[in-house]
Amino acid sequence: MKKKLLSLGLIAVLLTGCLTGCGSNKNSVRMINVSYDPTRELFESYNEIFAQHWKEQTGQDVEVIQSHGGSGKQALEVSNGLEADVVTLALEYDIDAIEKAGLIEDGWVDEYDDDSAPYTSTIVFLVRKGNPKNIHDWDDLVKDGVGVITPNPKTSGGARWNYLAAWGYAKERYNGDEAQMKEFIKKLYQNVLVLDSGARGATTSFVENNQGDVLIAWENEAYLSMLDCPDDYEIITPGISILAQPSVAVVDSVVDERGTRAVADEYLSYLYSDDAQRIAADNYFRPVNEEILQEYSDVFDLNMKLKTVHDFGGWDSVSAKHFANGGIFDEIYEK
Amino acid sequence: MKKKNKRVIPGFGISMGVTLTMVSVIVLIPLATLVIYTAQMSFPEIIATITRGRVLSSFYVSFITAFAASAINAVMGLILAWVLVRYEFPGKRILDGMIELPFALPTAVAGISLTYLTTDSGWIGSFFAKFGIQIAYTRLGITFALIFVGIPFVVRSIQPVLEKLDPSYEEAASVLGASRTRIFWKVIFPEVLSSLCTGFGLAFGRCLGEYGSIVFIAGNKPYYTEITPLIIMSELQEFDYPSATAIALVMLIAAFLILFINNLIQARNTKILNGNR
Repeated sequence: MKKKLLSLGLIAVLLTGCLTGCGSNKNSVRMINVSYDPTRELFESYNEIFAQHWKEQTGQDVEVIQSHGGSGKQALEVSNGLEADVVTLALEYDIDAIEKAGLIEDGWVDEYDDDSAPYTSTIVFLVRKGNPKNIHDWDDLVKDGVGVITPNPKTSGGARWNYLAAWGYAKERYNGDEAQMKEFIKKLYQNVLVLDSGARGATTSFVENNQGDVLIAWENEAYLSMLDCPDDYEIITPGISILAQPSVAVVDSVVDERGTRAVADEYLSYLYSDDAQRIAADNYFRPVNEEILQEYSDVFDLNMKLKTVHDFGGWDSVSAKHFANGGIFDEIYEK
Repeated sequence: MKKKNKRVIPGFGISMGVTLTMVSVIVLIPLATLVIYTAQMSFPEIIATITRGRVLSSFYVSFITAFAASAINAVMGLILAWVLVRYEFPGKRILDGMIELPFALPTAVAGISLTYLTTDSGWIGSFFAKFGIQIAYTRLGITFALIFVGIPFVVRSIQPVLEKLDPSYEEAASVLGASRTRIFWKVIFPEVLSSLCTGFGLAFGRCLGEYGSIVFIAGNKPYYTEITPLIIMSELQEFDYPSATAIALVMLIAAFLILFINNLIQARNTKILNGNR
């Protein structure tokens, strides 16, 4: 009898604990933002101003829990049931995967301005101080004796932008002649010394382990490396690159279940506000607001010719053509 | 008669229940899911997936490095265990504890620091670079990381056996005039062989699936240092579960076979030791 009472008591305690923990209180709301690696600092600052903004609007406290990791892995986890209210990932393709799992409704990409990408970035080169190998554009990367570091586009979503930037350059250079474009990409990847599984790993190989002469990197990551050791590196901006659009979306099935749609929606909308755009720029992401981008023209090279993924037919077609099994990325490694 | 079946320690029913539940939840059900996911593909598709050139070469890389690392670990682990059991020296307890560090350390951390050490400019790497040997970003580097990951398995398997081994056997053999090599091969080695096999098998199985530490040190170049777990990760990045699980299943079957053969050898060995050959 005693035992039974004890276990009943235990269940009661657990239940109340769960109820108070799970139920969203009127005066405070909690939401989860599942993001990818390089946005850690960006969202740390943004969550503060958003909490203020939400408090002013509704009087409610908001607590945003952040989760960071490789973009593809994060998308898998959300598809598998990680309860994210919003996702802010590296590329559309990863959010499409969550859509295919049935958690996000079709048409999310038009939900917010600029393809639901409130900040963008591009692909640049990081070279060692003094640029000893004289690297100025993509052409210099395929020269003999140049060691290139870039992550594997098959395991890293972010690295697909790197690949696509090179492909975009080759398309322009060879007027769309695919055989020559493939040859260029093949030579480029033959010069790759270390094909890390993720962007942070590639940065480690280049910065900590001193491998290679040039790191193909996201602009914001390159600036972060420069912040750490400004005397060791230089950023080189190629003439042609790609407009990397990290996408954001509300996870419909989660917010409907938790009743957090209002706050989740505002969280993403407010990313387009002037304050948030400046925070993005301070973290070396290019703001989509043209005026604010101009304010930072001394930071960003605005003369680069930036292609978009739509120039290549969108992610689905790019992925099938380049990264699927037997795609071009496999082809260039066949003997 | 019925009373005879009753065990001295009560609770067989409940403990067996717990065992079955644990084995099902932790091992069987996840493995069954693997098979179910793979079954989304037809048999020819599965064969086509696992016989792609890059996949085959990744199998080769994974197996050859895991085997080399485990073989080296078997020899070095035996020596380490011998020293730790048979000799007294200052700092022995600390050394003994350090053997287990690879168990506790997150493998990604191990991978990053091992890579740092073994690149051309690292402490170890710069020494070998003088002889034209590159460790990081080669298969040698993978083996190096796997030696680190696998060593505790071998040492911890052999240690208890060596501790139980009665030195009087060796003394007897010595008195009877056996040479030192003969004592090692005929008296000591047969006793530890079975646990050595266990250690080897465990280390090998662990090395086959190792991902965290290798991705940093391998360089991940297709056909050269691309390991099977990395191929599985790239299939997942493409959201291609069936291919990923099909390849994983091959690894699983291979690991199972190795552990199974290992157990057979051990069973035979125990029989010989017990004298009913």
